[in-house]
Amino acid sequence: MGFVSRGFRGKRRDTASSSRVPPGQYVVTDFPVLSAGPTPRVNLERWTFSIEGEIDEPRRWTWKELQALPSETVTKDIHCVTKWSKLDTTWKGVSVDTLMEGVETAADFTTVHSDGGYTTNLALDDITGNKAWVVYEFDGQPLEPQHGGPVRFFVPHLYFWKSAKWVRGIRLQKEEHPGFWESNGYHIRGDPWREQRYWGD
Amino acid sequence: MLSWQFCTLAEIVQETPRVASLYLDVPDWQGHMAGQHVDVRLTADDGYRAERSYSIASAPADRRLALTVERLEDGEVSPYLVGELRIGDRLELRGPIGGYFVWPGDDQRPLLLIGGGSGVVPLMSMLRHRAGIGSTVAARLLFSSRSQADIIYRDELTRLGSAGDGLTVFHTVTREKPAGWTGYTRRVDEAMLKEVAWPKQDSPAVFICGPTSFVEAAASLLVAMGYEAPTIKTERFGATGG
Repeated sequence: MGFVSRGFRGKRRDTASSSRVPPGQYVVTDFPVLSAGPTPRVNLERWTFSIEGEIDEPRRWTWKELQALPSETVTKDIHCVTKWSKLDTTWKGVSVDTLMEGVETAADFTTVHSDGGYTTNLALDDITGNKAWVVYEFDGQPLEPQHGGPVRFFVPHLYFWKSAKWVRGIRLQKEEHPGFWESNGYHIRGDPWREQRYWGD
Repeated sequence: MLSWQFCTLAEIVQETPRVASLYLDVPDWQGHMAGQHVDVRLTADDGYRAERSYSIASAPADRRLALTVERLEDGEVSPYLVGELRIGDRLELRGPIGGYFVWPGDDQRPLLLIGGGSGVVPLMSMLRHRAGIGSTVAARLLFSSRSQADIIYRDELTRLGSAGDGLTVFHTVTREKPAGWTGYTRRVDEAMLKEVAWPKQDSPAVFICGPTSFVEAAASLLVAMGYEAPTIKTERFGATGG
């Protein structure tokens, strides 16, 4: 028997959902907000989403063009590195597979970047193959600015800092460039099931 | 590599009816920067565990590591830390964590700290650090509390603010208008920030910490007033946690 916190019992989860909660996480029912700076106000008239870098013809969509693409509605659990998890969240947007259709690239890595200068690095394998979306609705409603609206990245199998708010594009790269939190003590990949929270985890 | 390590509770200081500071002896603490946090892990006798993050309240050079914790009645970890944990008990933690919401001490820009409730904790680490290293960098703290009785570190802030080293502390209370009170009695608004904040031409380093709605409001006001977004660092916590 290892260490026990004297007098601690804790609030047990029901067993049905506990298998869905990664180590060190707890379930919330509200939707906490975390970001490193002020919430940018995004002008949709001038908004575009781009894919550039290791690609012959960079791609770019306006807000209207993005909305005209085939959309998907997905329900996923999300896990924030600050310890909260939220189960069964529903989002609507465009799969990265749709955006990347027909793209030939030598890149293995990407940097997803946002209004306000935020960046996060993701392996190309982590955002393709039905694993990532560019979303503009949460729970059937337009995505609120404080939750990343009008458009955020959504890659729910990794800690939620990878799901960049106020997203503007994907840069395809041959090498891995640590993003904002990844340069500030947080794990380069961030798999919640391996509890990859911080450098060295 | 941040490994879990044991520490021992050496002292408890009740800051307000709901908030207490835990002073911890941490063997081989690697040191921290003002503004960083730690993860705390509790283990029940059947192996069940719960983890939470808490901001560090102490300065890097302080003898003991201090965490200031608000007891959330429906929380899982905070009612244990504030209520159950006793002097001499051991606690598991790892850290320090976070390299962004930090004030290194050699930054010469005027400092503007805006805290709501227990969001003042990482800001207090910065102010303790500032005092400890003898910094005279111009600094202002705007601290919003619900009531006078809810003001965390009240006496120490009064002391720090009257040391004559360039720090001014401003209080606002949002749920009462106490007799004889000389601070503000409303939520943070533009008029208040105009009076308190360093002019934007002075390019202050801004740190805002508190509940989400508080941080959203203060940061948005500053941006609307023309402060550069990249100079405004924020840390938020939701209503949950615990």
